[in-house]
Amino acid sequence: MPHDQHSFVAPPEQRAAALEIVLRRKGEMPETFVHDFTEHAEEKWITDNGARMVARAWVDPSFRRRLLADGTTVAKEMGFDFPEHHRQLVVLENTAAVHNAIVCTLCSCTAYTIIGAAPEWYKDLEYRARVVRESRTVLREMGLDLPASVEIRVWDTTADHRYMVLPAQPPATVGWSEEDLAKLVTQDSMIGASRLQAIAR
Amino acid sequence: MDGMHDLGGKQGFGRVAYPSRPHDETWEPLVRALSAFALKSHIYNMDEFRHAIERMAPRHYINAPYYERHLTAVATLLVEKGVIAREELESQVNGGFPFAGPIGPGRKAAPPQTFEIGDRVRVRNEYVPGHHRMPGYIRGKVGVVVGISPRYPFPDSAGHGVQAPMEPTCDVRFRSRNLWPDSCDDALNHVGVFWSYLEKLEST
Repeated sequence: MPHDQHSFVAPPEQRAAALEIVLRRKGEMPETFVHDFTEHAEEKWITDNGARMVARAWVDPSFRRRLLADGTTVAKEMGFDFPEHHRQLVVLENTAAVHNAIVCTLCSCTAYTIIGAAPEWYKDLEYRARVVRESRTVLREMGLDLPASVEIRVWDTTADHRYMVLPAQPPATVGWSEEDLAKLVTQDSMIGASRLQAIAR
Repeated sequence: MDGMHDLGGKQGFGRVAYPSRPHDETWEPLVRALSAFALKSHIYNMDEFRHAIERMAPRHYINAPYYERHLTAVATLLVEKGVIAREELESQVNGGFPFAGPIGPGRKAAPPQTFEIGDRVRVRNEYVPGHHRMPGYIRGKVGVVVGISPRYPFPDSAGHGVQAPMEPTCDVRFRSRNLWPDSCDDALNHVGVFWSYLEKLEST
């Protein structure tokens, strides 16, 4: 159908369906690929993966050291997978004095197999444009009012390594089981948009 | 290229919509799967995919939801690679099917050099017409190497379907006030920078 930039553009759902139809017609794509891929993505690439790594790092100092030194190997040992182009997982440690926050200003890269699919706000133009330049202001607007003494470190995901924040453990949770601790860990805390607090078990 | 995608430090944007509203569009997982299929099948690589998004008309880019940008890139690359024909797609829809703009030749990596943690480096003052992964806010700026990565395909070649050398990146630490003097919050900014984009400075 002829068109130019001023004509009516077909809605994205129609264009996506067209792409699937044409690819199938070519015999390029197996019948079950979309279903199988979507199921794998939704069942395996979940926030719980990163949360389990964080909780174990809180209770096991040698695991924590290994996670900070070589997150990729540790994640693979726990059975988590990476797409071909995620070649390294770099884990950034939050402390009382340091707060790390992750962004991808050029697109929206994340360690999605480890922390789950990126939330909408992470992909929004507002976050990508502003968090590198107005980190403290943006985090405050998002509900994280960091004391002036806390140093903010922003990490822009421009290469083929993926970052994950190791949140600081809430002091009130020392002594909790690894399983209970994992339930505390949110996706936002592993991006650096929030810090964790103890909630009643 | 200095495209619309290069958003870091751009001013005028409002508050981040946080937390995100519930979001359930069935075509989005479909696009994610189609994109994954093409990538897994090595019809194109990740840098070609990113560059196809960057080649979208700026007005389209800025208005399109995240997965519409992916959809446009996948369709563009499948047509450019000869897997499907543009007319086949257009005949399936009522209305226009926008594609990304044309692709240029790309470029080669810089002559080999090495960097170590602690090196003071300057990001080269380069203006590249094709794909690269240097956000504009660090162009010409000075920082310190705090990490060295494994070797990755050099994006400026890989993004153009050209045989790409494997090259490490440095995680370079900048002070926000050196990037945007007098108009930023104080922070340390880190960017993964390919070695070809860097020059080493004498230590002070």
